[in-house]
Amino acid sequence: MSAGAALAEVSDKEPGKVQPSVINKRKLTPYLLLLPGVLWLAVFFVVPMFSLFGQSLQTGSFEEGYEQTFRFANYTEALSTYWPQFVRSFVYAGIATLLCLLIAYPLAYCIAFRSGRWKNALLVLVIAPFFTSFLIRTLAWQTILSDSGIVTTTLNTLHVTDVMRFLGLTEGDRLLATPLAVITGLTYNFLPFMTLPIYAALDRMDPRLIEAAQDLYSSPWTSFRKVTWPLSLAGVVAGTLLTFIPAAGDYINAQLLGAPAYRMIGNVIDSQFFRVLDYPTAAALSFTLMASILVLVSLYIRRAGTEELV
Amino acid sequence: MTESSPRQPGSGADLNLINVTKSFGDFVAVDDLSLTIPSGSFFALLGPSGCGKTTTLRMVAGLEEPTSGQILIGSEDVTYAKPYKRPVNTVFQSYALFPHLDIFENVAFGLRRRHVKDVKGQVEDILELTELTPLARRKPNQLSGGQQQRVALARALINRPAVLLLDEPLGALDLKLRRQMQLELKGIQNEVGLTFVHVTHDQEEAMTMADTIAVMNEGRVEQLGAPVDLYENPRTTFVANFLGQSNFFDATLSDRSAKVVTATVQGQRLGVPASRVYSPGDDVHLGVRPEKLTLSIQGDDSIPEGHNRLTGIVADSSFIGVSTEYRVEMAWGMQVTVFEQNVHHDIRIVPGASVVLSWDPANTFALDASQSVEAGIDSEVLEAVVGAPA
Repeated sequence: MSAGAALAEVSDKEPGKVQPSVINKRKLTPYLLLLPGVLWLAVFFVVPMFSLFGQSLQTGSFEEGYEQTFRFANYTEALSTYWPQFVRSFVYAGIATLLCLLIAYPLAYCIAFRSGRWKNALLVLVIAPFFTSFLIRTLAWQTILSDSGIVTTTLNTLHVTDVMRFLGLTEGDRLLATPLAVITGLTYNFLPFMTLPIYAALDRMDPRLIEAAQDLYSSPWTSFRKVTWPLSLAGVVAGTLLTFIPAAGDYINAQLLGAPAYRMIGNVIDSQFFRVLDYPTAAALSFTLMASILVLVSLYIRRAGTEELV
Repeated sequence: MTESSPRQPGSGADLNLINVTKSFGDFVAVDDLSLTIPSGSFFALLGPSGCGKTTTLRMVAGLEEPTSGQILIGSEDVTYAKPYKRPVNTVFQSYALFPHLDIFENVAFGLRRRHVKDVKGQVEDILELTELTPLARRKPNQLSGGQQQRVALARALINRPAVLLLDEPLGALDLKLRRQMQLELKGIQNEVGLTFVHVTHDQEEAMTMADTIAVMNEGRVEQLGAPVDLYENPRTTFVANFLGQSNFFDATLSDRSAKVVTATVQGQRLGVPASRVYSPGDDVHLGVRPEKLTLSIQGDDSIPEGHNRLTGIVADSSFIGVSTEYRVEMAWGMQVTVFEQNVHHDIRIVPGASVVLSWDPANTFALDASQSVEAGIDSEVLEAVVGAPA
């Protein structure tokens, strides 16, 4: 860009008949390239956003129609009714993100540094779940966690469910229709989004840096802490965002693996829009979700101090 | 760590490798290597790629474990010690600077890991020594190759290791900068007095910097000695070819008890000092360096008495500035390379001229004919072409 601009500036000083049109074309090229994306976003993102925001301030009912009254009380009412679902969404998404990180980091590390000729095969395996639809995969977890299934009976025999119950993650002897099931489903479904960015960051890293750290008196743990981890932080940040944001707004897992008592905010928005048909409340909730995720994410990025890394 | 090896900072320590062998599967990278590197010396391991020099270095650093043998630093056995518990630091070939840390923190890295006091003062001193002070707050990717090289050196030097390992540290620099850095490195080594072990495939670099060179080939030390000694008295054709160039004549020795042994080349009798015959048998490669040869026009007899002489015809000459390189074809078809200083240039010596090659017998050496005359040539040429690091 800058080189092109500089060139254009220089050529501007030389009078010529052909050049101005060439320069104009050059100046226009980046905008032309942006045009399809900008149009797409304008039509399918910006316009709906404004209409959604407008809707969130309306009053009325589905039968009698809604009218624009700029009623900000919609927000306070929606929040005071549904704050537990909000909190639950962020807690579940937070736990799932943490679990994803704990599972994905060692996995990505192994693929990046230790897999040798199996590297590509392992990467395909990481994304293999995407060959099936999100819905089917979540339904499969229903079967896996079913009451008479091998997982539930085994964990019961080993008294793991007792521990889970103590932690408030399960109820009775069941796994299905519990917070544990929802979190498990979220973790499973979003794991690749955590694994791939971390893998990409680690794979870019020169393994000789680890040798250099050890040569400079770092134990393996210290060299991980001082070299590997900071250099993979960009991947970790990207992975947590890609996991946390969709997980916080997800409703499929809570619907198929949870119970009405463990509804997440996505389920509320879903039912307000499509069953209760209370559009202003649904819109207010959607907007609040988006705003709170934005705030959380910007706080997180500032805290991680990785603006320059990302 | 350093606490375990009581020694004066900056004094260095002897490095001993005893019968060290390293194999990777069937491939023997280092074959029963024994070396003693005295404290405070600048030691070079020189050889073509794949000769085992880098593997040797990595074993000293602790990044590879020997299959068998022992490595001692001073009196301490470090054969199986972890890399972070050895008083050894490495300047890596690719520098391996930490991209997320600035220059100051890169250099301070080793001190911080050992919880040394006065990190700031020490880092500032070493940055001063390596002329990096103005760059202290830059990130490595904002530096030029030569600057990065100095950071890598400073990062290792600041720890005052007993042994400093340099793995082709100048390989990535262009020729002019490399020459400059060679002198700087040598100067720094003189100043700090540490033991430096330097791995390189560049024979000129090894000769410029090292006190002692070990020429390695196929996992073994081919010959060890001071640069001048290796150059003047190669024991094998590999060393003769790898360090500089050599002309080899097939010769047969006779009268081996004399001080100057007679060698017969295509019926011509030449002299070679008995002390420079490294061959049990009488069949030898009779070697002489191109710059030791003198060219004169036939019949123009000013050649000193007792000098070796052979006649031939100039096939080719190329002017290189300080010298002219000639190729002289012998009657039996062999081509001899001659470097003539451009001091008294004889304009009659042009391609096609009949010339006499002469040289002092003292500059002749005789090597065992069972070796290939081309040992040490192919690998070097290949390396120059591919630019492959060892």
